[in-house]
Amino acid sequence: MKKEVTINVNGTSYTEEVEPRLLLVHFIRENLELTGTHIGCDTSHCGACTILLNGDSVKSCTIFTVQADGAEIATVEGMMQDGKYHPLQEAFKEYHGLQCGFCTPGMLMRAIDFLKHNPDPTEEEIRWGISSNLCRCTGYNNIVIAIEKAAEKMREVEVETVA
Amino acid sequence: MEFTCKTSKEIGGMGHSLKRREDDRFIQGKGNYVDDVKLPGMLYMDIVRSPYAYAKIKSINTEKALAIDGVITVITGKDLEEHNLHWMPTFLSDTQMVLPTDTVMYQAQEVACVIATSRYIAADAVEAVEVDYEPMKPVMDPHKALDPDAPVLRTDKEGKKDNHIYHWENGDREKTEEVFKNADVVVKEQIYLPRIHVASIETCGCVADYQTATKKMTVYMTTQAPHAVRTVVALVAGHVGLSEERIRIISPDLGGGFGGKVPIYPGYIVAITATFLIGKPVKWIEDRTENLQADSFARDYDMTCELAATKEGKIQAFRIKTLADMGYTDGSANPSKYPAGMFSICTGSYDYSTAFAEVDAVYTNKPPGGIAYRCSFRVTEAAHAIERMVDILAQKIGKDPAELRMENFIKKDQFPYKSALGWEYDSGDYHAGLEKAMNMIGYDELRKEQVEKRAKGEYMGIGICTFTEIVGAGPSKDFDILGLKMFDSAEIRVHPTGKAIARFGTKSQGQGHETTYAQIIAEELGIPAEHITIEEGDTDTAPYGLGTYASRSIATAGAAAAIAARKLRDKARKIAAYLLEVSEEDLEWEPGKFSVKGAPEKSKTIQELVFAAYTNYPPGMEGGFEAVHYYDPPNLTFPSGAYICVVDIDGKTGAIKVRRFVAIDDCGNIINPMIVQGQIHGGLTQGIAPAMYEELIYDDEGNILNGSFMDYLVPTAVESPKWETDHVVTPSPHHPLGAKGVAESPTVGAPPAIVNAIVDALSPLGVTHVEIPVTPYKVWKILKEKGVVD
Ligand code: FES
Ligand code: FES
Repeated sequence: MKKEVTINVNGTSYTEEVEPRLLLVHFIRENLELTGTHIGCDTSHCGACTILLNGDSVKSCTIFTVQADGAEIATVEGMMQDGKYHPLQEAFKEYHGLQCGFCTPGMLMRAIDFLKHNPDPTEEEIRWGISSNLCRCTGYNNIVIAIEKAAEKMREVEVETVA
Repeated sequence: MEFTCKTSKEIGGMGHSLKRREDDRFIQGKGNYVDDVKLPGMLYMDIVRSPYAYAKIKSINTEKALAIDGVITVITGKDLEEHNLHWMPTFLSDTQMVLPTDTVMYQAQEVACVIATSRYIAADAVEAVEVDYEPMKPVMDPHKALDPDAPVLRTDKEGKKDNHIYHWENGDREKTEEVFKNADVVVKEQIYLPRIHVASIETCGCVADYQTATKKMTVYMTTQAPHAVRTVVALVAGHVGLSEERIRIISPDLGGGFGGKVPIYPGYIVAITATFLIGKPVKWIEDRTENLQADSFARDYDMTCELAATKEGKIQAFRIKTLADMGYTDGSANPSKYPAGMFSICTGSYDYSTAFAEVDAVYTNKPPGGIAYRCSFRVTEAAHAIERMVDILAQKIGKDPAELRMENFIKKDQFPYKSALGWEYDSGDYHAGLEKAMNMIGYDELRKEQVEKRAKGEYMGIGICTFTEIVGAGPSKDFDILGLKMFDSAEIRVHPTGKAIARFGTKSQGQGHETTYAQIIAEELGIPAEHITIEEGDTDTAPYGLGTYASRSIATAGAAAAIAARKLRDKARKIAAYLLEVSEEDLEWEPGKFSVKGAPEKSKTIQELVFAAYTNYPPGMEGGFEAVHYYDPPNLTFPSGAYICVVDIDGKTGAIKVRRFVAIDDCGNIINPMIVQGQIHGGLTQGIAPAMYEELIYDDEGNILNGSFMDYLVPTAVESPKWETDHVVTPSPHHPLGAKGVAESPTVGAPPAIVNAIVDALSPLGVTHVEIPVTPYKVWKILKEKGVVD
């Protein structure tokens, strides 16, 4: 028995019939073919699937699609505006905050929400702030630096993003 | 000695921290990982796995599963047997069931595969497959596996009477015995490196696509060694018509590898079989739980280590006896002559001539494996053994561990150095490395602080590790996998307008090859790196090579790129001589152009020369501007490092805080400093992981006790300290670029540094050794035992 949902993703509204058990991450990846949001575990620990749901970062593997009915969602694909990188994207590249890139979309989405609540964080706060997300490649040093640098920039200029 | 760039920033050759080419697609969410591949009509596979570690399969009933709407078929071992596809070789010439016909040998083993029209239906059908098992008592303890009355597990092997796999030894047993007998000081310790799992954040999987019309099999697959996989698939399935030219393996973007994506897992083979039988693409993506429970483990070496020395602390001999638990099959991917990998690097960075090392490997009812966890074939085990023992010796004779190391190091002018177990270390400056690390961390002040802290009853420790790695496998005379020589390759094509594409036999999993390989070619040809596209991982287009693991990419394929580029530079020189009407000897090369000696205004840029190779080349010369090279390294490379770690331990709770960690690495000449530093950071976190957090634990019945990310503890940014890094540089004398390879050094070097620091902190209590992972609970138990807490 399918259920109709209407969900706005990165500024576009989608109406689809879905099984009630369909995980939001599968809806995003398979129904909408937005494959930037990744899956790295089956226990809600890795954060590779992190998106913004009504502005808050959530693990989309832990939510059913039907629970997001009527919601506004942002994924990594929505970060760029007018062909320009979000300061976090720019900083991740500039400070080598990614290697295999698998954790990166989730890290970026988590960092957006974290900086919204704490625009001028200490290193320690950043580390705790992204402890919801695992990275097996970078050793986190450069992710932390990238978030610090992006935060600096974001305090200076207002950033426009769907997020 | 620091490396100075020969090329301008615009060209972007060696030594420039170019931003990575691959990042743009990743930060936009536009990478293409296996699970992102979606083909028309694609079906989904899911796997029924064994709840038992050792059991007879009495029956498999697929009726209920097949009755579910959307289920296409269920494949069992019996089905595969009909096509003689139910067994496959491992990379180390052992054998492994694809799917069992009668017995399961480890928990989470693949028992049957369901193919359905969606992921969800496939998962439902897995639940509906009924398997009737008759459980048997598993063999879980590798020591007991060798008991005369232990059940023989590999009854599939004709005449097999025990669970012993192989005995490997190296060195002079008698001479070592002799030195030990006469030594002033002998220290001995049992050191166990537990089973761990690489747990790359992307799990394994594939999309197998057989086109019945063209008889072509394309497999998108999470593999670090696509070419070797193609050959193995052809060997296993050639008899059903899959000959090698009809198989195309594509390794797309990989979400980390670390050795876990070298082996060929049963899931791949069943998906390939399924698409072959059904004629529709089949996707298989494992869950994290499956990944941790069934895919290759690393380590599981139980080592008895002994070090002999004079009373002043001059090391005289090292002896090590090891029991290796391989699980159900030897799933290592080692070079075939080296079943215990590069374990004989265990004599370390020290100058002595006597050693003996041995390894006995056994089968148990644990999942198979024996792969690296970001290390070159058992180097981590070897380094842990020697670096712990050196500290134990220092503690025993009351000498500072830095001083003891300095006194025993192989000296800079002794390279190339023949080690006690036969390796020829290419280069190094161990004294300079340790000195730099000590200065950077402020060693002397830390020791003073430690004295003060100890007087107050506080537990602070300083740990050193000065390891030597052995990477870049390897010279063809000794190194092969399943007979395939371990060379690697590069093919460069420069287009008429001076822009290039280069392809390689390796495969990046995050190391940044698309950037660094371009830099190597830029260095040699003077074509800007940004104008060079790099491709890997497609066996239909890339030259043959054995892939990326064991820090071999720069050591082999990187060297191949340099040499292929030099072939092209030679061709460019000939064209320049022709165009400028001078002899070749009268020409001078600087990155990007040839000019006439003494008349620098007469010159031709590389772009002009490439264009001429298509439009105006000397009579008799072949047109075009392409080169390929298969590089056979003359020796391995020997990166080294000096790491120092400072820990503070809470005397009440046992909590361990890594206060500082300094890593000085010598990986030879550096191609991209930013990327090298990133590799070291990542490797260090994969070093603290087994040192303090990770271990796969099984009970006596063969049940895994921590088979998911709920309790298999991969460090987050909070557990991972802020790493401090720097370098010394001793170029490899035999590598065309002087490079050595880097990505695994930190994973090798970090654990002993951390454990040495923890033991140092607890040494006032008489502690000489702690097994990894060193958890707060383990430390608290020691504190309790010693009466510090009650
Ligand atoms: S996929 Fe790991 S937390 Fe969602
Ligand atoms: S960059 Fe590979 S998991 Fe983070």
